[in-house]
Amino acid sequence: MSTPLILLILAIIAIACYVVGTRHALAIAGGRSSKLHSRPGYYGTFVALCAVLPSVLILAAWLVVSPLYINSTVLDGFPEDVKARSPAEQGLSFGMVSSLARGMNVLSLDEIERIGGNPVELRAALGAKGVPLAGDPEPYMVESAGDLNVMTKISNWVMTAVVLLAALIGAGFSYTRIAPRFRARNRVEKVILASLVVASSIAILTTVGIVASMLTEATHFFTSIPPWEFFFGTVWDPRFAAAGATDSAGQFGLIPLLLGTLYIGFVAMLVAVPSGLFSAIYMSEYASRGVRSVAKPLLEVLAGIPTIVYGFFALTTVGPFLRDLSSQLNGLVTGDYANFIQAQSVLTAGFVMGIMLIPYVSSLSDDIITAVPGTLRDGSLGLGATQSETIKKVVLPAALPGIVGALLMTASRAIGETMIVVLAAGVAARMQLNPFEPMTTVTVKIVSQLTGDLEFTSPQTLVAFALGITLFAITLCLNIYALYIVRKYREQYE
Amino acid sequence: MNMMSEAAVEKALDKKMNDVAYKMIGKDVSVYYGDKRALYDVNLNVRQNTVTALIGPSGCGKSTFLRTMNRMNDTIEGCRVTGKITLDGDDIYDKEIDVVELRARVGMVFQKPNPFPKSIYENIAYGPRIHGLARGKTEMDAIVEASLQRAGLWAEVKDRLHEGGTGLSGGQQQRLCIARAIAVSPEVILMDEPCSALDPIATAKVEELIHELRANYTIVIVTHSMQQAARVSQRTAMFHLGHLVEENDTDKMFTNPDDQRTQDYIMGRFG
Repeated sequence: MSTPLILLILAIIAIACYVVGTRHALAIAGGRSSKLHSRPGYYGTFVALCAVLPSVLILAAWLVVSPLYINSTVLDGFPEDVKARSPAEQGLSFGMVSSLARGMNVLSLDEIERIGGNPVELRAALGAKGVPLAGDPEPYMVESAGDLNVMTKISNWVMTAVVLLAALIGAGFSYTRIAPRFRARNRVEKVILASLVVASSIAILTTVGIVASMLTEATHFFTSIPPWEFFFGTVWDPRFAAAGATDSAGQFGLIPLLLGTLYIGFVAMLVAVPSGLFSAIYMSEYASRGVRSVAKPLLEVLAGIPTIVYGFFALTTVGPFLRDLSSQLNGLVTGDYANFIQAQSVLTAGFVMGIMLIPYVSSLSDDIITAVPGTLRDGSLGLGATQSETIKKVVLPAALPGIVGALLMTASRAIGETMIVVLAAGVAARMQLNPFEPMTTVTVKIVSQLTGDLEFTSPQTLVAFALGITLFAITLCLNIYALYIVRKYREQYE
Repeated sequence: MNMMSEAAVEKALDKKMNDVAYKMIGKDVSVYYGDKRALYDVNLNVRQNTVTALIGPSGCGKSTFLRTMNRMNDTIEGCRVTGKITLDGDDIYDKEIDVVELRARVGMVFQKPNPFPKSIYENIAYGPRIHGLARGKTEMDAIVEASLQRAGLWAEVKDRLHEGGTGLSGGQQQRLCIARAIAVSPEVILMDEPCSALDPIATAKVEELIHELRANYTIVIVTHSMQQAARVSQRTAMFHLGHLVEENDTDKMFTNPDDQRTQDYIMGRFG
């Protein structure tokens, strides 16, 4: 039976168990659920869980282990001369075998009989059925493929039997345990608790995995390029030359990229912080309920726009506008209509990224300002302070730590942004301070190093991981620091 | 109810004859929160250098009335006040009156101690600074010391003026808030259940303070505690369901009230 079909049957069993278990519990209690320790539904759930959980675990384990076992058995069955070859070649042979096995399932018994052991005909027949083979199969492969098919089939039948048996045993066993004082709720809740723990550890474990994989690849990179050349190098020039040539590694200086990242992020924060903060102050302190209920969601819609769209906006509107503006300005002042702002520039990228960040700043700060207790405002107003004095001298100082935290989180978003930069500031890694010239960032270079026809083991590719881990470290530090500040000052207004 | 308010007006006229100085006079004060009416034509006069207690069951409008007296209700969306309240004869709801100036003259202390998250010194200096009451640091130091002295807090905090005001105990925080209100030299101090968040010892200290402050200030205090009203006030006003039931000398109020509802409330039959 196929796995989805088994799962479907298990689901049906689960539903049946739930219904039967619930009814049985009620029947034992004489129809009065107050006599039961737990609500009747918990007994049903308990029976269903006992039936399904072990069988699903067995199923999962079987699906992982049995192919491993079968494959190794098939590999063992290869002739001695094949086994003597390199693992890569054995892998290729095994690929052929499994293709053959799949193909032989497609062919009818008659066809297999007719073709017999003729490899060429077999390949043609399989090709006609839509199963392409890499080469002419050798006779031992056909034999192994047959073995493979047989073993897979047996394993599948045994698995189906074992899984369904486990489900029935579990159901039967738990059914007999139902009694008025049986603590079904506690057991069900334990299972639910466990599933909650699993769910929350997925994200954490994934993070650990990501860091580990980046670290491994970054270490590979640092074995070919010394760390100081990476961290303190001022030239970014990873030459895309043929691998293997000794002098072709190029230069991997992080500094120009880091500078670009920080510069563009800085310009973005210059745009986002004032307008975001002012809008937060307006929203939380001055806006009437009506205005707030319309304006706040509108502002938050901005946060939902994909950054690539901001990129278009920068590329087609803001960039050309700034370029034309600069040439007009230049013309007015000097009479020479040469533009001093490039269409792709730090300014364009920073400006558009700043607009992207406004809703983050304003929404986070708005929440923080609103969280400042109203009694503080009353206290200040009651002393005869004006509303603006109250905001400047009481509300904002009280909210400041939270706002700083929000700004740091926003900054780490700015640092991680890619699409806007690609479209608005270009991909040229340059070390300069003119905001009207193009620059690029770490994230953009990660993308460009990982895309393209490069050998994966070359430093040109591996540098992406070193860049990634650096970026990760920077944003992690920013976020931790932000959390630290927010936590440290939180108790002040509680 | 009309009978009631007419009687109150008559009584007020009587007092005027006897040369009583009224600091604030409320005439036909009604308050609406949106469509809901919270106060019905309240006529209540507040005497100079007197502690007036406002009592009544929860939701009776006593805090609402208190907040109309320095226009703190302005900060509540949809709140509307009709009638007339005067401070030394000037209508405080007049368009000419600056609400900021009014609140400097009529200070307020709130239910929950709400010191600003600043140092003790800065908490006191906040009001004088925004109103420009002090020239230079020496004068400011003097104001801070005098205010803390009056609030009976000086001895406890003089060595840690520059530590956070939120680090004080609840009772100290409330006295800090009173000191903060005193620092802008108001004429009237409104207190909205100032002891409801304090323990008995801290309450006793604040009550003692209220007693002393009476010499220099006119005080209106909202309280849920009959005993407190009896202890600290000279005049008591009883509110019920948005109406002013009775206003009288505290002694008379607690021994021989004119209104049956006052008697019932004081005896603990409702509320």
